[in-house]
Amino acid sequence: MTKPGIDLTPLLRQEMMPTVWCPGCGHGIIARGIATALMSLGLDMDQVAFVGGIGCSGRAPFYFDANSMHTTHGRALAFATGLKMVNPKLTVIVPMGDGDSMAIGGNHLIHAARRNIDITAVVFNNSIYGMTGGQGAPTSPLDSRSTTSPMGSIEPAFDTVELALAAGATYVARTTTFDFQEMPQLIAGAIRHHGFSVVEVLSQCPTYYGRLNKLGEAPDMLLYERDRTKLLEAFGPPPEITREEMVGQLPIGLFRDEERPEYVDQYHGLIARAGGGKSAS
Amino acid sequence: MRLVQGNEAVALAAVHAGCNFYSGYPITPATEIMEMMARQMPKTGGVFIQMEDEIGSIAAAIGAAWGGAKAMTATSGPGFSLMQENLGYACMTQTPVVVVDSQRGGPSTGLPTLPAQGEVMQARYGTHGDHEVIVLTASSVVEAYRMTVEAFNLSERYRLPVILLLDAVLSHMRENVEFPDVPVRERVMPTIDENFLPFGPDAPFVPFGSGHHTVVTGMSHDETGLPKALAGQAVQRILRGVQERLAQDAREITFYHEMELADADIVLLTYGITARAAREAVGLLRADGVKAGLLDLQTLWPFPEWLILEKTQAAKAVLVPELNLGQYVIPVRAAIAGRCPVESLGRCDGELFTPEAMVEAAKALAHSLEIGGVAHD
Ligand SMILES: Cc1ncc(C[n+]2csc(CCOP(=O)(O)OP(=O)(O)O)c2C)c(N)n1
Ligand code: SF4
Repeated sequence: MTKPGIDLTPLLRQEMMPTVWCPGCGHGIIARGIATALMSLGLDMDQVAFVGGIGCSGRAPFYFDANSMHTTHGRALAFATGLKMVNPKLTVIVPMGDGDSMAIGGNHLIHAARRNIDITAVVFNNSIYGMTGGQGAPTSPLDSRSTTSPMGSIEPAFDTVELALAAGATYVARTTTFDFQEMPQLIAGAIRHHGFSVVEVLSQCPTYYGRLNKLGEAPDMLLYERDRTKLLEAFGPPPEITREEMVGQLPIGLFRDEERPEYVDQYHGLIARAGGGKSAS
Repeated sequence: MRLVQGNEAVALAAVHAGCNFYSGYPITPATEIMEMMARQMPKTGGVFIQMEDEIGSIAAAIGAAWGGAKAMTATSGPGFSLMQENLGYACMTQTPVVVVDSQRGGPSTGLPTLPAQGEVMQARYGTHGDHEVIVLTASSVVEAYRMTVEAFNLSERYRLPVILLLDAVLSHMRENVEFPDVPVRERVMPTIDENFLPFGPDAPFVPFGSGHHTVVTGMSHDETGLPKALAGQAVQRILRGVQERLAQDAREITFYHEMELADADIVLLTYGITARAAREAVGLLRADGVKAGLLDLQTLWPFPEWLILEKTQAAKAVLVPELNLGQYVIPVRAAIAGRCPVESLGRCDGELFTPEAMVEAAKALAHSLEIGGVAHD
């Protein structure tokens, strides 16, 4: 793994600094995790594309000195699908919010997973809508407070990992902004993986989630993340864990890393069978 | 000569125009375009993908454009409504993409198999915010072919989404055709340096992977693509630039046919499928001594005000038959600004106009204005 203190600035788009993110926001830690992963993989940024949606998390593409696309709310994976299909050489990374990926963009998430297209989705899950000011998300835990659930949420939350596994993603991991040691490795694994990868990173939104749920400042929230999660054997086999066990102790680590025919490859096989010769790229 | 369906002509034209990416979601009466592209794309090395909905279809097409493809999607009213947000994204990001909307009766699910022209305004103004867009239409299979190629050419030239409006009848109609050889505007990859402004005036479209780390965003941005301070002013400047370019080239991008306009008292102004009956109606009216003429538009937007004014200069009345309850008649009336009466002839029951219905409306109009030739009718 890349050592702390390594200079990541060549990967970043200096003219967009500082970021829009609030002091203490976890999104910057995730961006650092992605940059660290890219640095460790030594990828040529000419061949890296970031495709983001809308939200605090969706701004991430602006901060990388790569091919950057900031699309519409929830639709990033659909844009990314077209991009990857015609230009398979590109490494496509999709930073998404939890609302972005699982509310408005839930449909695209499950279908990208089903197709197993070689795209890496990094879900910045802060359990709330940050950009719009603290409304409830499909990932907001039962009883948690938001501006649209002022008396506590009565809806059960989506579990990103379960959803991604069920939909067919072939690389599925969860980590937190507290667990920075593991994060870049999990993201690098996802980028290297040939197929659809979902890395959920539990992130803190001190400005809304923290304040509305009385979780304290950013450092307190990092400790909260530590306490509500349980590290699996980080790169071991998929866990045998019951739903009940997950409630208090959300497992983090690598849940799946398997090979299944990848969508762009499948399509190119089809071109070959149709006698179409050279592909669109 | 061969018997070709309207939708098939669109698919063949797209391939001819260099389309190498198609994304879509099935919907009557546009589905055959998709089915045909599913067969054609792999054969030509292009990409076909059936997306999970129309929002995803246009998103994938725009993503593919930035990947370097000439991209197209096709749909009908309900899907076209779903595409509106991302159509605006294509406008804001100056992305060339072709969207075919085969119109059926609406609103909502409406009349899935029957024709309409209910999206004339939606095609122009459906997405939120100020923007320019080019909208073409056609009245025959051959024209659908030609306009599809032109749609690609214009979207390349102006870096805009171009919308081709068909309708249920034209999509499904078969005609004996010989396809014209419509020239194709090829995409040239310019050499760019570090001073390249991806959204500068007349900037060529440079897809991802070129080495220039372009930022593409639907947020207001300046010529660099970055949403910097004063982005509001910058985007206004960019949008005005697009507007001016289209206005300058108005004569080149406005496609139309005319018939007997020189001495016409009554001008029928039509577009799309409605032109077919109008051509016959003009003949019938002339035979009855009514000096009728036809202006049939293939380019609906940018609004060809100059053309309409030019062609109706001497007219005593204008009749606008359309398969809606009066949409395009609104800007036509505004353009003519009271110089002569502009009448709407509209219907949205899923039926086409017969020439006789147009003759009757034209005669009634002539009669009410005491225009010669119908006094004894
Ligand atoms: C179609 C559409 N609906 C609503 C919005 C408003 N909106 C912007 S960001 C956002 C939610 C952001 O939350 P999340 O995806 O969790 O990302 P975060 O900001 O927390 O990183 C919403 C609802 C929008 N931009 N577009
Ligand atoms: S609102 Fe929340 S998620 Fe958004 S930048 Fe601030 S802390 Fe981060």
